[in-house]
Amino acid sequence: MRLLRAILLRLATSAVTLAGVAVIVFVVIRVVPGDPVSMMLPPGATDDDIARLRAFYGLDRSIPAQFLIWAGGVLQGDFGTSITNRQPVLDLVLGRLPATLELSVLALGLAVLMGGVAALTGTRLRGTRTEAAIDVANGMALSVPDFLWGLVLVLLFGVIFPVFNISGRVTPSLDLPFTTNFYLLESILRLRPDLVADLLSHMILPALALAIPLAAIIGQLLKQSLKETMHLDYVTLARTRGYGENHVILREALPNAILPTLTLVGVQFTFLIGGTVIIERLFSYEGLGNLAIDAVINRDLPLIQGIVILFAVIFTAVNLIVDLACVALNPRLRHG
Amino acid sequence: MSFLVVRGLSARLKGDGARLLRGVGLSVAPGEVRGLVGESGAGKSMIGKAVLGILPQAVEVTGGEILLDGTDLLTLPPGERRRRVGAACALIPQDPLTALNPARRIGPQITGRLVDILGWDRARARTRAEEALAETHLPDPERIMRAYPHQLSGGQRQRCLIASAFVAGPRLIVADEPTTALDVTVQKQILRLIAEMQARHGTALLFVTHDLGVVSKVCQSLTVLYAGMVVEDTGVRSFFRAPAHPYSAALLAATPRYTDPGGSLTPVPEAVLAAVRAEVAARDAAAEGARHG
Ligand SMILES: Nc1ncnc2c1ncn2[C@@H]1O[C@H](COP(=O)(O)OP(=O)(O)OP(=O)(O)O)[C@@H](O)[C@H]1O
Ligand SMILES: [Mg+2]
Repeated sequence: MRLLRAILLRLATSAVTLAGVAVIVFVVIRVVPGDPVSMMLPPGATDDDIARLRAFYGLDRSIPAQFLIWAGGVLQGDFGTSITNRQPVLDLVLGRLPATLELSVLALGLAVLMGGVAALTGTRLRGTRTEAAIDVANGMALSVPDFLWGLVLVLLFGVIFPVFNISGRVTPSLDLPFTTNFYLLESILRLRPDLVADLLSHMILPALALAIPLAAIIGQLLKQSLKETMHLDYVTLARTRGYGENHVILREALPNAILPTLTLVGVQFTFLIGGTVIIERLFSYEGLGNLAIDAVINRDLPLIQGIVILFAVIFTAVNLIVDLACVALNPRLRHG
Repeated sequence: MSFLVVRGLSARLKGDGARLLRGVGLSVAPGEVRGLVGESGAGKSMIGKAVLGILPQAVEVTGGEILLDGTDLLTLPPGERRRRVGAACALIPQDPLTALNPARRIGPQITGRLVDILGWDRARARTRAEEALAETHLPDPERIMRAYPHQLSGGQRQRCLIASAFVAGPRLIVADEPTTALDVTVQKQILRLIAEMQARHGTALLFVTHDLGVVSKVCQSLTVLYAGMVVEDTGVRSFFRAPAHPYSAALLAATPRYTDPGGSLTPVPEAVLAAVRAEVAARDAAAEGARHG
């Protein structure tokens, strides 16, 4: 009951946040220089042509009036029409969303895996050279941002050892049976290992680029909390009960050490999703991020608005999920 | 025949080589409660930790033996030592608030060892755990088994830890100041409970405390420690009648007797301290000589 109320409250505050985001984005992209209409028309267009096209897209009205029209549409599920693609914004955005979600979730999985293994190995082998090596690797991973990792990975595994694809989402010449845009998920469900392999070969480098900095953060924080937890009395007591190092780390220390890391991963995952904008561009990956850059270059105002709102919704949802996971994993919160 | 025999146990800090234990010897027989007393920092907990194999990483054992049922633990490979200690010994810790894992329910924290280390089947472990909780006079053991530590009071948690210590008929229990973290009224109950459980199971109990009043109540024998050196090893009756060592006598005089709470507190006299420090120095010199000679 308490939980339900907390969720409802969160949803209500999220709605306010989203409205605020919508207003700010709407105003900012109209105030900054650059006009979608003059970019669409050939250089010789008359002022009259420009004015007619502006009126067609409703850009001749005042900003508050434009906002009310747009917001009214949004509330009915109509996000307007893309100026450049002439398609409904919602269709465009939802069409690209699965690609970005699959990439982000794959990156998150890789980050948790790499960071978790680093933290557990470092804890198990604490005081040895392996631990020192893990610390150094963590520091290096942290000091380089994701897009630079992208370039490094392209150079290493795309150019010098060309084992992975560095461009696109899937090889277009393959027979693609997809009915949804969740290509990876669908290939797995259709039991098509050939397609899964092809998709992964395209996704692995961008996913790694996104994952490496997050893995380092997870590795460092989890190892730190594990280190503190390993000195606590209940861990010592478990040792007197005859348990070895592995059990002590995994069963006694980890369930407690994981909580601070989990909260942080939530925040960092939203940064990771933000990182897809540049990474998708770098790897010509047909996702939301790539669409966002095109939209900004073309001053496609309705499309920009739609994408920003969608990103804001995703961020809010991630934060809510993380908070719920923290409650689920922490008995003190679960059983008051 | 004593179940635990410690002989000549020495330990020091790895860093600066400071001596923490200086040739400690003591023994505990089945059914015996041995008090281990001394001022703060004397090394009481260190002895318990050495026996149970949970010394801090910064501390190393430099000599001696720890015989558990005749086998020297210090010569065993680590895994074997851990299993032996896990099967035969248990620790009742000082602070019940930090000695239970906050992320796990009480039940599995008690039964886990029975299943994983002693190889019992789950149903039997469960039944026995509930029985042990009932032995500690906790009402509704089934509910306690399902509870998380934060849902229990300090006294209840200490009872859970005592139940856990006695659950598999241990041969030796180390209790490290098991009541100091508790409320005064709860202290007495817990003390009585430990004595009761120890008598019922005939366990050898090494009882670390700095409270001589507690010693006079629950212990039969007593080891007095100063700076990691055994100063006196005696029976409780003879100790309270006439301590053999001047330091023990001073310690006894310095303790406000529970029978005489208003009694004056005399600190250990400087002369006595100087004498016992000289003893420590002489022992160190002898150990040094033995190493080089
Ligand atoms: N983790 C550690 N690292 C280094 N030295 C330690 C550590 N733990 C204890 N010591 C030192 O070992 C000595 C003995 O400590 P121990 O905990 O056995 O004392 P104690 O007799 O149990 O005292 P108290 O009554 O305060 O619990 C002390 O001088 C202490 O400074
Ligand atoms: Mg102590």
